Amino acid sequence: MSVLEVKDLHVSVETEQGTKQILKGVDLTVKQGEIHAIMGPNGSGKSTLAYSIAGHPKYHVESGSVLLDGAEVLTMSVDERARAGIFLAMQYPVEIPGVRMTDFLRTAKTAIDGEAPAIRSWIKEVNEAMKSLRMDKSFGERNVNEGFSGGEKKRHEILQLELLKPKFAVLDETDSGLDVDALKIVSEGVNRAHEANDLGVLLITHYTRILRYIKPGFVHVFVDGRIAEEGGPELAERLENEGYDRFLAPSEVA
Amino acid sequence: MSLATTEQHGAKAHSDGGWDDTSRVPVQTRSERFTSVDPAEFPAVTGLEVDWKLTPVAQLRDLIDGDLDGSGYDLAPQLAEGGTIEWIPRADPRVGSAGSPEDKASANAWSSFDTALAITITGDAPVALGFDRSGFGSAPKAAHTVITAEANSTGHIVLRSTGAANVVENVEIVVEDGAHLTVVSLQEWDDDAHHLASHFAQVGRDATLTHIVVTLGGRVVRVNPSLHLSGEGSDGAMYGLYFADAGQHLEQRVYLHHQAANTKGRVNYKGALQGAGARTVWVGDVLIGREASGTDSYEQNRNLVLSEGTRADSIPNLEIETGDILGAGHASATGRFDDEQLFYLQARGISEAEARRLVVIGFLAEIVQKIGDPALEEYLQGRIESELSGAGS
Repeated sequence: MSVLEVKDLHVSVETEQGTKQILKGVDLTVKQGEIHAIMGPNGSGKSTLAYSIAGHPKYHVESGSVLLDGAEVLTMSVDERARAGIFLAMQYPVEIPGVRMTDFLRTAKTAIDGEAPAIRSWIKEVNEAMKSLRMDKSFGERNVNEGFSGGEKKRHEILQLELLKPKFAVLDETDSGLDVDALKIVSEGVNRAHEANDLGVLLITHYTRILRYIKPGFVHVFVDGRIAEEGGPELAERLENEGYDRFLAPSEVA
Repeated sequence: MSLATTEQHGAKAHSDGGWDDTSRVPVQTRSERFTSVDPAEFPAVTGLEVDWKLTPVAQLRDLIDGDLDGSGYDLAPQLAEGGTIEWIPRADPRVGSAGSPEDKASANAWSSFDTALAITITGDAPVALGFDRSGFGSAPKAAHTVITAEANSTGHIVLRSTGAANVVENVEIVVEDGAHLTVVSLQEWDDDAHHLASHFAQVGRDATLTHIVVTLGGRVVRVNPSLHLSGEGSDGAMYGLYFADAGQHLEQRVYLHHQAANTKGRVNYKGALQGAGARTVWVGDVLIGREASGTDSYEQNRNLVLSEGTRADSIPNLEIETGDILGAGHASATGRFDDEQLFYLQARGISEAEARRLVVIGFLAEIVQKIGDPALEEYLQGRIESELSGAGS
C-alpha cells in the first residue's frame, strides 16, 4: 500500500515585502484509500501545502520532506511528481489557448502511463467519464479551460482525476464557487475515483459543505502554517457549528 | 490651428520642435502617404525614415536602389479548372488595378519588371490554386503579380516561395463585387534570402478577402500588405504567422483601410521568436475613413518570446475619421511563456519540453486554423514543430 508522508515541512514565498514564511512545520501522513480533510481559515497555508506537494516554482521549501513510498518528492520535477502518482486539482485552472482538450488528455495519459492508450477504449473511457460528470461531448473540441465557467473548470479537473488514475490527489478548494448541483456532480466524481483506484485524498477546503458528499476519515485544522488540531469526522461537525474562532488570536477575530 | 506656446511669465516661447511650421509636419494620415511608380520620385532611403527605421536597410541596398532583373521565373502551378494563369506585359490594364508603390524599393520593382504573372479566378465554382515559386536565384530581381477574382467567383490561392532569393516584388489583388478570395503568401526561403514585398488589395462591394502571410524562412523578409475595403459591405481579414530564428529579420507592415460604409475588418498577426538576434517587426495601421460609417474593425498582434536575445517591435495605429462606427479596437502584447500554463501541463505528467511545444503550437494554431486548406494546415503544423526544435530554417 502506498503512503504519502509530509514531514516537518517549512515553506516560504517571495513577496514585495520580502520572504514570507507560510508553512511552519507540517506533519501529515496519508495512506492510499484514506480521505483527509484539511480545513482552516483563509491565509492559513492550505493552498501552499497543495502547491508545495505538486512542486509549483513559486513556493520555496526551506526544510522538511515529502515522501511517496519513501522516495523524496521534493527533488522531483513537477512532471515527475505527476508521473509518480500525485495529482493536484487546482483552484484556478489556467486557460491554454489553441490546445484542444482531446489532445491534452491523450498527451497527459500517455505521459503518465509511459505509453499511448489504445485509441478505441480510450475514447470510450473519456466519453463515459465526461458523461458521468455531465460534460457535453463538445468539450473535447474546445481548447483547454478556454472560456470554461468556474464549474466547468472544476469538472474538468475531476475528469482528469478519473482518467489519469493517480495514487494520491490533492484537491485545492475544489468546492469553491460551485452551486449545489455542481458540487454533487464533482463530489461523485471524487468518490468514484476513490473507490475505483483506492485513491488517497487530501481534500482542502474552507467550508464543511463538501463534507456532506465526500466523507473524510481524518480532519486536520490548519492555522498559521501548522496543523493545530486533528481528529475524526466529528471535528468537522464541531467546525461547522463553531467556526474557526477558537483557533485564532482574539485580535484576528472580526 | 497653431498650438505654439507663446512667451509668458518670463519664459521663452517654446519652439515646439518646429512642428508649428506646417511645411515640416510629416504625413499624419495613412492614406496621404506619397505614392509613385517611379523610384526617382522617392528621396534616397537613409534608414531613418519612419517606414524604414526598423529595417536592416544596409543589407537591402541592391533591392532598394540597384538594377533589378525583371524577367519571368520558374513556376510550378498546380492547375485547376475555373481560373487562368498567364504572363502579361507591363501595358496590360490589370497592372496598376489595385495600388501604387508607397516606398522606393516597391517603385524600383514596379519600374523594373518585364512581365507580370496574372492569375484570374472566374466562374461560380470554387477554385483552388497553389503555386510553388522556387526559381528566383540569388541575383537581384523584380517581380509583379496580379490576382483578380472576378465578380461572384470564389478562390483560394497559395503562393509558396522557397529556395534562394534576392527579390523585391509587388502583388496586386482585386476582389470584384461579390467575390470571395483567400490569398496565402507563404515564405519558406533559404536562410540567406532577402525578400521585400508589397501587396495591394482592393475589395469590392459585398466581397471578402482573407489575406494570410506566413513567414518561416529567409534572412530578411518584409511583407507589407495594404488592403482597401473600397466596396460597401466588404469584409477584409488579414492574418499573419511568423517564426523568427537566430539572425532572422521578419517584418510586416499591415495597412487596413476602411473606405466604404458597413465594412468589417479583422487583423490578427502572431509571431514566435527563438534564438540570438531573432527579430520581428509588426506595424499595423488601421484607417477608418470619412465615408466608412458602420465600420466594425479590430486589429491585434501577439508575440511569444521563447529565448533571450530576441527583439519584437509591435506598433498598432488606429485612425478614425468618422464617429459613426460599430466598433474599433486594437491590441498588442509581447511576452514570455506563461509559467502557469507550463506548471498546469507539467502537473499532468507532461514533460517541460512537450509542454512548451504544446503551448507554442497552440498559440500559433489560431492563425493556422484560418488557412482553410487542411493539407496545408497540417503541413504548417509540422513546419512549426521543426522550427521549435531548432531544425527549421
